[in-house]
Formats: sequence, structure tokens, C-alpha cells
Amino acid sequence: MSEKPTPKGAMIGTSFRRVDAVAKVTGRTRFADDLNLPRQVHMKLVRSPHPYARIRSIDLAAAKALPGVVGFLTGKDVPEPFGILPVSQDEHALCQDVVRFVGDPVVAVAALTEDQAEEAARLVKVDYEPLETVGSIEEGLLPTSAPLHGHADEGNIHKKITMQFGDVEAGLREADLVLEDVMFYEGNTHLPMEQHASLAVPEGDGRIGIWSSTQTPHYLHRALTKVLGLPASRIRVVAQPNGGGFGGKSDPFHHEICAAKMALNLRRPVKICLTREEVFFCHRGRHPTLMHLRTGFKKDGTITAQHLKTMLDGGGYGSYGVASTYYTGALQCVTYDVPRYRFDGARIFTNKPPCGPKRGHGTPQPRFALEVQLDKAAVALGIDPAELRLKQVQPAGAITANWLKVGSIGLKECIDRVVAGSAWKERRGRLPFGHGLGIACGAYLCGAGLPIYWNHLPHSGVQIKLDRSGGVAVFCGETEIGQGSDSILAACVAEILGIALEDIRLCVADTDLTPVDLGSYSSRVTLMMGNAAIQAAERARDLIAKAVAEEMKLPTTRLVFADRRVFDAENPGVGKSFAEAVQVAEARFGTLGTTGSYTPPRSPGKYRGAGVGPSPAYSYSAAVIEVKVDPETGIVEVPTVWIAHDIGRSLNPTLVVGQVEGSVYMGLGEALMEESAFRRLPKSRSRALVHKFPSMLEYKSPTFVDMPKVVTYLVEDPDPNGPFGAKEVGQGPLLPIMPALCNAIYDAVGVRVDQVPVQPHMILKALEDKRRGGVGRFGPKSFPKLDYGTPLMVPTPKEGGDGRAVNAEEIGIKGGTMTDRPAARTSP
Amino acid sequence: MHPPDSEKPGLSRRGFLKGTGLSVAAVGLVKSATAAQEAPAAEVPTLSAAQTHEISFELNGQTTQAKVRTGHTLLETLRDQLDLTGTKLVCDQGSCGACTVHLDGKPVNSCLVFATDVAGRQITTIEGLAKNGNLHPVQAGFLHEDASQCGFCTPGMIMSCKALLDRNPSPTRDECKEAISGNICRCGTYFNIFRAVDHAATLMKGGR
Repeated sequence: MSEKPTPKGAMIGTSFRRVDAVAKVTGRTRFADDLNLPRQVHMKLVRSPHPYARIRSIDLAAAKALPGVVGFLTGKDVPEPFGILPVSQDEHALCQDVVRFVGDPVVAVAALTEDQAEEAARLVKVDYEPLETVGSIEEGLLPTSAPLHGHADEGNIHKKITMQFGDVEAGLREADLVLEDVMFYEGNTHLPMEQHASLAVPEGDGRIGIWSSTQTPHYLHRALTKVLGLPASRIRVVAQPNGGGFGGKSDPFHHEICAAKMALNLRRPVKICLTREEVFFCHRGRHPTLMHLRTGFKKDGTITAQHLKTMLDGGGYGSYGVASTYYTGALQCVTYDVPRYRFDGARIFTNKPPCGPKRGHGTPQPRFALEVQLDKAAVALGIDPAELRLKQVQPAGAITANWLKVGSIGLKECIDRVVAGSAWKERRGRLPFGHGLGIACGAYLCGAGLPIYWNHLPHSGVQIKLDRSGGVAVFCGETEIGQGSDSILAACVAEILGIALEDIRLCVADTDLTPVDLGSYSSRVTLMMGNAAIQAAERARDLIAKAVAEEMKLPTTRLVFADRRVFDAENPGVGKSFAEAVQVAEARFGTLGTTGSYTPPRSPGKYRGAGVGPSPAYSYSAAVIEVKVDPETGIVEVPTVWIAHDIGRSLNPTLVVGQVEGSVYMGLGEALMEESAFRRLPKSRSRALVHKFPSMLEYKSPTFVDMPKVVTYLVEDPDPNGPFGAKEVGQGPLLPIMPALCNAIYDAVGVRVDQVPVQPHMILKALEDKRRGGVGRFGPKSFPKLDYGTPLMVPTPKEGGDGRAVNAEEIGIKGGTMTDRPAARTSP
Repeated sequence: MHPPDSEKPGLSRRGFLKGTGLSVAAVGLVKSATAAQEAPAAEVPTLSAAQTHEISFELNGQTTQAKVRTGHTLLETLRDQLDLTGTKLVCDQGSCGACTVHLDGKPVNSCLVFATDVAGRQITTIEGLAKNGNLHPVQAGFLHEDASQCGFCTPGMIMSCKALLDRNPSPTRDECKEAISGNICRCGTYFNIFRAVDHAATLMKGGR
């Protein structure tokens, strides 16, 4: 290892052009719905019009009589349950006997044309017996609510979590100020531009392939294996580039499984592209979350202890919900030093489309509560909100009260940058009425430290094949969803080998051909795939260097790989073209190929639940938002957002800034307008619970006209675990936006809106409340009563704990956690 | 903001388009998934081969013939029949701009145009912009400013930006905002798109 040739990078850190840019500006990128094959048939799903009902009977006769109709599937054809998490295998490709939300699929129909399939779907008669629906968290907690599933922890409480790190009550007693808030974060949806689409293709040998818009081909592969009952080796999943994902294409979906099953039955390619309405039914978006936050502060603003309670409206199925629930509590201590911490979380089943992971997955809701409460504490204590944050930022390398290991942390610099940029010190609290500034911070994972299926296998793998032409083929399971992962993969390899992006051919997201990468979720790709790519490329470089050094009679340390050449550092004119160097190495070693893989470091937490939250590194962000609030109408205008993001190191500043701006955009949508809301139909229509806005026209999202000026600062503090020091950027910068906006509204008009999205009437009501002598607040008034049980007690690092719970057996927790399993045996 | 609390069965735009022009009464009233009752089967129309029309139009500079079904949109015809998949289907109701093409030089949402209505007219799609292997200046601008992330809105976005520059070679930022406010980009690439338009404007005036 000591004989490494000198790297001389040309790519990393520059705004090189995306490898997929030309295809995208010419309309030549092949998204799943752009694929068509001879003899393909079209599939449609018949979905439930009821939010909760028993299926009495299905009558296909009229549909079967239509010309062009070639096949049907019903629940009995796909009886095996699936789900993204091993603990919630509660979905069926088609409902078995009960439908649990409007849009739950019941029958699949295939026909020669899309029109015929659509008409046939309309003619399928399903007789339903409507059931009493569960419409909200409160209704789900009622002892009389009939459980939607048999696997919930209790009634309709899908998951109940309670854990305590240190003596929180003692911490609160030591505080000079204890704030208690109830806040609400409304659900919202990803709204990717591309509807989910799939093309399933049966092969002549009985194998089945599916080309799909999925962020997680590996997990779809697993779900298909289970439901189709075929060996994984007989199923091929290829993820086409996604036309946006944001978490909405991270679950295996009904339509994908049905398309594969239908294709096997018909022995013809089967195509489906969801309608926009169906995308709203697939959902898996942000969980509507009620939060109760109680925090103790010293006079100087430092936190003594915190108790967070969350309640998530989960919708009709498990999806990622167990992880989402843990995530509402997991990252609460990685920004500021919270010395003692208790978290109680619960997820409730309701008869709505299932919620899941959306950009920030479970963390924007509690982050909103925390950052707004910090603002209230700063006001109450007479401390500048930026200062209050700065004085308790976690130090680099800290282990939090809940046993997460913080790596590099550039949060202080992020705060300093936005404070300076916005002239915070001169302007905050001093602007005219109706005009204000607010600050907030956030943190996010650079990849989940644990895989969804507990094992010790790598999270990402990269294979490299070197061609005599000097071309390099790179194989990886990663999935391009617009974030630029293809470009980062190519750049990492090009950087190490000193070649150009044009020399690289990518083969990605194909379970037949590429090594597993777990998927484009949890902001894991740059860090994990990047490290795997660097390892594979370094191994390739070392092979070439060894052969070339032998031939040139030089030590390998003198060789430089740059400008598509391999040359002597001390005599740059002497060397070989990269292609010649590859040929020398191939002659010396035979066909050239290398692999690289990445497995995250082990987490220090060993208690049950410690598996959610660990990450090889955390990214940090801070934002200041300027608002103008019209006190007559309650309308909020955002002229400027200043945002700083601790990226570790920018592999490509243009791509990084694009992700930051995109996060600001999506965050403003969540803060001001986006909501997945439901309404009840009148009693004459069974009080059915239906989606208010299953269309792009009515689901309001920001347009060009709504976008403020965004000033972005990138803070570079390379993280030792990141590829070239890089951390994530796709999700973290969204987190400070919602709380910074609400804090700015307070600065502007002196009232609090403790929920998002903030709508004009909320501000008007809070202003009215203040005029009448109230506190001037709009938000939820109470938190439902729920016995979360005896908390799992885990002593903190400062208390001398070892990362384990002290009462696991006492409270009946059996089985360990992945983080506590013996390490995998690794070959030397 | 909230839709009226109607008890009437929903009317699906897509179903309505399919039904338009057919002789059966009430054919457009197609049940949406939120309606709680079943539509009587007899009211649902079936399409027959007789309901197709042969049309001729200019597509990306080439005279093109197509057999289009009654009620099919220009978007469906381009994507499904003529294999021009660069134009994207997104909202299917004219609210996102992803399917923007030019009809006689003007930007239109191709999901809202009946295919039969383009007979004898000129259509330009994203596939028709590059000439002799050279990108159109708007495409070059998007490339130069990295104005795509997922790229799904990009073709429609480029067509809207081109329409803007065709009628206004030097748009201000506000004019640009207004002109493309009907195009949604969920990746939030808006700033790069503004810069791409500026870059394209320079290129179109012969600058570099």
C-alpha cells in the first residue's frame, strides 16, 4: 500500500458536465415509459373506490367479453405478501379480501392496446362491503377502531417505540426554562414528474425481466423473488433512469409485480404506466406527524434534556413506516449537544395511501419542532437564535446521547456563513413590521449504516473491466434518479485512472449484470458507491502501474495517471498512453478486471433500535430565510433564502448546488403549500375517506414565479469516511427550510404558526389571537394520550454506558440488534 | 383551494376525451376511482376501427401521415404511434408543461390537443430541434448551464424556452419567469434554466 502512484486528479472538485446531459436535452434519455417491444400488451389496475371494504366478489365477465382483452390477475394469483421491510410484509400485489385505501389495487387487466385495457378495467365489477374507516391518528387510537392488520403492536398502532438515554426528568429539573410545544407537520407527496412505469419481459428460457422506474432495483428483485416464487437468479430487474424519485419510487410496487406475473402468464411483454392519479395513490410520502416536544434550557441557552413524542399517520400499510417512526427520533441529537434524551414514537394505521420515505425521511418533522422551539427559547432567554445554536454545536467525533457517532461537522461555519450573508446581526428583530428573518439548521445521514435486510454484505459494489482500447467499463447497481449518481460514478473512476469521462461506459442498475448497490435512498449513493468505485479503480490502477513500472524499470510510486497517460513524474515526457498501459498490463496479467465494495463502519449503539440513525457521516445545513408577511391577508412572500451546506467536499460544485437549490425549492413547497390532504364524503356516500388533491393542478407546488432568490454557500470540511471527503447533499438542505420560514414569520409579525404548510388564514388567526391578548399562536392544541410503555433505558456515553440497554430483558425485548451482532469474518 | 364537495360521479378528463365524438349519450361520464358506485356497463362505449382518421401534417419538417383514433391527443399520437418519446406525459391535464410542443410555431400542451386538429399544420417536438447534428441554442444553453437533473421536464421546458426566445430575443428575468411558469420542475432546477435561457439568447444573437 505504501507504493501508491501519485494521484493527479483533474475531475473531482470541478463542475464537469453530467454524463447524461446531452441525452436529457435532446429527449433521448430512455425512461421506463419510453420503452416498447414487439408483441407487448398493456396492463391497467382496477383500484378500490373505497377506503376500507371487504371484497365480496369480483365479476370479470363483461370485461372478458371486450375485444383485445388477453389476461387478468386477481388476488388469488399473487397470494404471497411483500413489503419493503422484513418486519412489515403486509402488502399484496392485488388485495386478497380487504381493501385499505382508495386506490388499493384489486384486479389487473391486460389487453392489446392501452384503450382496451382501460375499458376492460372499467368493466370489471367488484362488489364491496364497506367497513368503518380509520381516518386520523385520533381515530386510530380509539379502542373501538378495528385493526387494519394483524401485525400491529397494538390495535391500529403499527409501531410503538420508547427509549430513554440518561435521566431526562432530572435534566429537566436542572433547567432554568422548560418549553413544551405541540406541533404538526402535514403529509405531502414527492410528485415526481415521471409517473411510475414498468415493462416486464419474459425470456424464452422461462426467466423474467423487468425494466422499471424504481430507485431500488435490489429490493424489487427481492420482492419479485418472494411473490413470484422464482429463484432470484431467474429474475432480472433493471432500473431505468428515474424521472425524479425523492423517495417515492423506493418501495417495490403492485404494478411492478403484476406486470411480471402477467408477462409470465401471457408469455408476452407487459407494459404499464401509471396515471397521475395513481401516482398519488402509490404515495409513500411524508407522514403527517404530531409532535410533543419538551426541552430544558439553562439561562445561557444550553439544552439540559429533551423529551420528544411523535405520532405518525401511517396510512394503510407498513411500507418503510417502522424505519420512518424511528427516524422521527433518531437524528435529534446530532446537531446540538442534547445530554439527556427521551424519545417516544408511534405510527398509526389509517385508511389512506401508505406513507413512507420522502426527502429527509422522518427527520424534517421533528427537526421542524426542534428548530422552532429553539427560536422560542432564544426569544424567552433574550439570546440571539444564531448564538444559541452556535454555543452548543456537537464537536467533531462526538458520540451523541443516543449513541450516534458524529464525524466531521461544519455546522458552525454554516451558521456563520448564513448569518454574515443575510446581515442577520444588523437586520434580525430590526426590520419593519411584516418583514423578518428566521434561522434554522439541520443534519442528515450519508447513507443508512445498516441495510434493510440484516446481513454483513457490502452495501455497494463496483466492477471495472479494462479494455485494450483504453475504454473502461464500470458496472454498479446504483440508480440514476436525477441526482447525478451516474456522473459521480464515472468521475470517481476517471479521477483515479487519469482518463476522461468519454472513456468510460457505464452499466448500472441491472441485477443480472451489476454488483449490488442497495439503491438511491437515504443519501447513500455518493458515499457508498463512491468509496466502492475508488477501491475498484485503485485496484485497476495498481495493476496497470505494476506492469508499466516493471516495463519502464521505475518504482510504481513515480508513475502518474493523468491526461489519459501513465508517465514518469520526474520525466513527464516519458510514458505511455492509457490504452498502451492497459495492453502492457493485460499482457502481464491476462484479462483485466477489478472490484471494489463498501460496507459502513459499525455503530457504537448496541440497543434495540440502534440500527436506525447510524451513518458513516452526517451532513449539516443552516439557512436564513427572509419573509414579507402581509398582516391584512396573511400572505407570505419569500424574497431571499441564504443556505449553507456542509458537503465535506464538493465532487462537482454544480451538481451540489443543484441539489441544495432543489431542496430549498421542495422545502418551500412543504412550508407554504404542499399537502396530501383527505376529506370525508357525506354519510350517504359511506363517509368514505378520499384524497383531496390527486392531480397536479390541485396539489399546489411552487413554480418559477414562486422561487425566491437563493444564495448558496458550500462549506468544505472533508470527512474521513467520504469518497475524496464528500458527504451527502440530496436531502439535508431541505431540513432547515420549514422551521426557518416559521421563525422568520415570528420575526416579521410576532406570531407563531406551529405547523406546516403555513397558510394565510393561520397567520391571520394567530394575529387575531394576539390582538385579543392571547399568545399569538396557531397550531395543534393537544397531543393524544398514549401509554408508550416502559422506555428502554440506555445510559449515555457521558454516564459511562456501553451502548447497551440496561433493562431490555426486564421489559421483554428479545433478540438483539444488527449492530450487536458479531462482525463478519473478512478475508485478509 | 379545496375542490367542491360534489356528490356527482367524477368526470375523468382522459375518459371524456376518449368519449368525445361518439354517438352514445353520456359516454363521457366515466367513474373516477373516488366515486363509490359502479357505472352501468351499458353506458361505456367501445371503440371500433371505423373511428380512426387519416391525417397528414408537418412533423419536424417532414410531411407525416398518421392514422389517429378519435379522441386521441397529439401527445398520445407522438409517443405511441410515431415513436417520438422525447415529449413526456406527466399531468395529462395541461397543468405541468412537460408535453409542450410547438403547433404552428406556438407552444401548446400536446396533452390538450386532439390529434385530428393538427391536420395540415406544423408540429415541432424536442426531436426536431437539433439540426445536422448541432444542438439548438436552447439545448446548448441547457447543456452549458446544467439545467437538467432528472431530465423529465426538460424537453417541455426547452420547447417553452425556445418559444419565449422566438418571440422575445432578449427576455428579462421576469419575462422569463412568466413565460415558463406553466412548466413544473420538481428537481428545482429553475435558476439554471434562467441562466440557460440567457446563454441561449446570447447564442441566438450570434454570440458565444
